Amino acid sequence: MLKLSRLFLSAVALVMATSMIATLPARAELKLDITRGVVEPMPIAITDFLSGDQLGAQISGVIAADLERSGLFAPVDKGAFIEKISNPDAAPRFEDWKVINAQALVTGRVTKQGDGRLKAEFRLWDTFAGQQLEGQQFFTAPDSWRRVAHIIADAIYEKLTGEKGYFDTRIVFVDESGTKEKRIKRLGIMDQDGANVRYLTNGKDLVLTPRFSPSRQEITYMSYEGGKPQIYLLQLETGQRELVGNFPGMTIAPRFSPDGQKVVMSLLQEDGSANVYAMDLRSRTTTRLTSTSAIDTGASYSPDGTQVVFESDRGGRPQIYKMGADGSNPQRISFGDGSYSTPVWSPRGDLISFTKQSGGQFSIGVMKTDGSGERILTSGYHDEGPTWAPNGRVLMFFRMPPGSNSPHLMTVDLTGRNLRQIQTPNLASDPAWSPLLE
Amino acid sequence: MRRFEMIARSPVFVALFLSLAIAGCAKKPVNSAGDLGLGAGAATPGSTQDFTVNVGDRIFFDVDSSVIRADAQQTLSKQAQWLQRYPNYAITVEGHADERGTREYNLALGQRRAAATRNFLAARGVPAQRIKTLSYGNERPVAVCDSESCWSQNRRAITVLGGAGS
Repeated sequence: MLKLSRLFLSAVALVMATSMIATLPARAELKLDITRGVVEPMPIAITDFLSGDQLGAQISGVIAADLERSGLFAPVDKGAFIEKISNPDAAPRFEDWKVINAQALVTGRVTKQGDGRLKAEFRLWDTFAGQQLEGQQFFTAPDSWRRVAHIIADAIYEKLTGEKGYFDTRIVFVDESGTKEKRIKRLGIMDQDGANVRYLTNGKDLVLTPRFSPSRQEITYMSYEGGKPQIYLLQLETGQRELVGNFPGMTIAPRFSPDGQKVVMSLLQEDGSANVYAMDLRSRTTTRLTSTSAIDTGASYSPDGTQVVFESDRGGRPQIYKMGADGSNPQRISFGDGSYSTPVWSPRGDLISFTKQSGGQFSIGVMKTDGSGERILTSGYHDEGPTWAPNGRVLMFFRMPPGSNSPHLMTVDLTGRNLRQIQTPNLASDPAWSPLLE
Repeated sequence: MRRFEMIARSPVFVALFLSLAIAGCAKKPVNSAGDLGLGAGAATPGSTQDFTVNVGDRIFFDVDSSVIRADAQQTLSKQAQWLQRYPNYAITVEGHADERGTREYNLALGQRRAAATRNFLAARGVPAQRIKTLSYGNERPVAVCDSESCWSQNRRAITVLGGAGS
């Protein structure tokens, strides 16, 4: 397991530099305000971590890629660097970094310990204020070097934006191969940047809509195993699987409660209706939350667990409704043109993301939890199924080009301006973002 | 392939293999009767081919609808007669949706179509408990393109026969 500890400053030179700064006129700490609509990416220089091999440059490369993909940072081209960092414990020559307009600078070192572990250290510098903003060190197994890089990227992101990062996270998704008419679907899991893909099922049974537990290394998903489509739980560390409940019909659309103790899902009944049920994973009791002859599905809890948002066509076309976690007082909250589905409550609690179908287009959007303030972030022939990064700033979804039945994964941030594709080995759909890893 | 090569060393098995292969070929024209100029009636009465070719195993739906259309009612009425004449088949009605919807809604819509189909067959005399339903949502399109010409083929319910004589 990864151990984390603060890197204590010991170099006398640094202490002196800090006390000198204190005598200068007060200057606002370097900070990127990401609450405004348009953010100019902050130029940041990420130097290769010192190491005896390629690993230092590899770690820096992962950090730079994470920060760049967020759309909030613009890593400065290494070719423009003037100072070559030879001692990451000493203050850099700030002038050399200011002149190439690197507002922030990252230096670091990775060394192999006697016990075989890696030690990775980094420092984050404010070049214009001439001071260190952050310094930490981590010990890890050598094959976890990418995780260390993501953790460092998260620390930099958090220090410079004031918000939690989301780089040390994983994505569970559906890997797709086979023909357009009969896709072979496997559950896959990978780092949020698309690295370290591995497969959790073998493709024999059709599997859909995996979702991460917010509290454990566990996912819930739907499988056609045995010809009876049902919801399953899968423990990621042990590979142990179990059926969730024993319902008389198909169960679909699973999602965990915020404490990870319940799974909410829809039961498809013989009369053609779909109703929302919650199952307590400890007591194994089920509670019926909706009772209509309509299709009620796609349920998602609020982060405090007191409310559930879901889609229903009880009023004609699919729209988004909100109710108490016990099923009380359902109220429609989407009223725009077209139909709305796949509502997902933001981990920050402030927004609900959704898929909207209107005018032959599929869009990913967000609205406030009362349904007001709808904003479409991205549209296309078929954009579907948003999932939130744990900091509530970025959404991942899948996109299909016209008439292809060939999905791939995309991310978009809340501004709608930073749209990126996630590279996967094959076609991919149904992404679900993990919480920050422990 | 390797297995067939091993088997082929024995003349008895070669003969058996060839006759199986021929039987395998002979089955095909029944499914696509027109291709070889055979009459549709070539299917053995009471066989799954008979059901598929002479009765029709599928019906189609309008966009976002599970209403049994007039053309579908004709097909299902014929299905009901046939299924009552051959009561030994287990029946699964598969409901499908086109790709122009979201995955979970389409799974539910496929179930609604399967249920409507099952109810219609039951009303025409097929015992409801004989009929299982299963939804594939938009997971098994028969045609993939970016127009109604494909989507209309995918919005369907298929009556699948299994367990003949069992």
